Amino acid sequence: MPVEVVRAEQLACSYREGYVLEDVSFTVNAGDYVGIVGPNGSGKSTLVQALLGLVPISSGSARLFGSLCNGFSQWGRVGYLPQSLHLLNPVFPATVAEIVGLGLLSLKRFPRRLTRHDREKVDTTLGDLGIYDIKAKLIGELSGGQQQRALLARALVNDPELLILDEPTAALDPETRERFYRMIGDINRSRGVTVLLVTHDTGVIGQHASKMLYLDKRMLFFGSFDDFCHSPEMSSLFGEHSQHLMCHRH
Amino acid sequence: MNLIEILSYSFIQRALLAGILIAVLCSVLGVFLVLRRLSLIGDGLAHVTFGSTAIALAFKLYSAASLLVSLPVVLLASLGILKLTEKARLSGDAAIGIVSAVGISAGIMLASVGGGYNVDLLSYLFGNILSISPEEVLVAAGLFCVVMVLLGLFFNDLLAITFNEELARVSGVRTKRINAVLVMLTALSVVLAMKLVGIMLISSLLILPAVSALQLARSFKTCIMLAALQGVCSVITGIFVSFLTNLPTSATIVFINLLFFGVSCAVRRLLIPRSAIPSR
Repeated sequence: MPVEVVRAEQLACSYREGYVLEDVSFTVNAGDYVGIVGPNGSGKSTLVQALLGLVPISSGSARLFGSLCNGFSQWGRVGYLPQSLHLLNPVFPATVAEIVGLGLLSLKRFPRRLTRHDREKVDTTLGDLGIYDIKAKLIGELSGGQQQRALLARALVNDPELLILDEPTAALDPETRERFYRMIGDINRSRGVTVLLVTHDTGVIGQHASKMLYLDKRMLFFGSFDDFCHSPEMSSLFGEHSQHLMCHRH
Repeated sequence: MNLIEILSYSFIQRALLAGILIAVLCSVLGVFLVLRRLSLIGDGLAHVTFGSTAIALAFKLYSAASLLVSLPVVLLASLGILKLTEKARLSGDAAIGIVSAVGISAGIMLASVGGGYNVDLLSYLFGNILSISPEEVLVAAGLFCVVMVLLGLFFNDLLAITFNEELARVSGVRTKRINAVLVMLTALSVVLAMKLVGIMLISSLLILPAVSALQLARSFKTCIMLAALQGVCSVITGIFVSFLTNLPTSATIVFINLLFFGVSCAVRRLLIPRSAIPSR
């Protein structure tokens, strides 16, 4: 029996302007790699933020590991990588090791002090991602690709069971982007980490993800990428040409 | 007059001791405040301190006794700034501006009702560390211990929210609580610093050591240490220079900090390769 990691039921979120997300219901099981796609303003980021309790839910419910997101406390089981562009203050005076170490706070109780064992864990994670050599560099002085890997290390250092990535490659060049996605695919397969990836790129879903969730303020599709590509409903919704373009594997 | 002779004066000893404690507090907190773009919170809370001091003076509470009024009022004002940003959807600078204006207006009104400005109230505007009393040094030492213990306990949480509040929340950090801790620690430090540099110049002690340290630091911990070191050096030098030259201590401390900032910028340009300096 598959282990349920994420469950949304009739989930809706609204701001002053009205609903940005409504009637979203899906279940993600352990080991799944789900790509969340949709046009700009379709509610992709709002969905992951609602799952993480960062924005309020208007109606319906969302659960992580069986617990309601509102009041969820098992943060040690979750890794999160937000959009990079707005994230980093270029003069922030912290090293990569200091920032990655913050990912371990989710496993700590007050007062959250990092031990020597924690620092070894940081080193191991940086080594696994091939960025041990930038451990002592300031995070603001790194290239976009290095920053993304450092923040991925921060999201992975607590050995999460669920990894949530919100458009993680928006600032990267195509080659670095492809390398990044391969890395996430490896993490999903080798460690069994459940992945929820928000992206604009449907080609990425076809290559790496096992399931696709298509949003446009409401959920239009949830299932395998192949089912999406062969779905007559999707064909009538997007038109055959657009569906073909979306299903083209890069 | 040589150094030993100057140090033999008890008022100089008290000024140095209290000044060092206050400088460490303000400099360390300043790093968090500058990075969180809350640099001017010191100014806002200092203006509230002015209002609360006017209340204390109206009740004939002087020196250390005036802290009985100032501390709770400024702590409440610091939480008020947070609530305004959270509930009234105001940006941090607007909330600070409101609290600041209300604080200084309250001070002016109370001073006016109480028969106009008096020397006691004006001394708080520009500070006078050389007149600090033994009781005030004791209070400064006590509050220094409280703030440093709390800073130590919450250090990683403070670093996490300073780096990114969203990520901190997903790491289980109670961001509202930690924000409250940060502004309350700042409030305590501002009340203490009022005696050192005065209400008008408090933000210099919060901002200048922090921005100087940001020029040179190669890790967060070194940034904190560099800021504290500059704060302490500026206060010690400022007290000696002002004593020898008969210049106002608070203004001397500010100019020494400014000098350190200039040197830090120059050293950064010389020592840190341009390729390592991020573009803004």
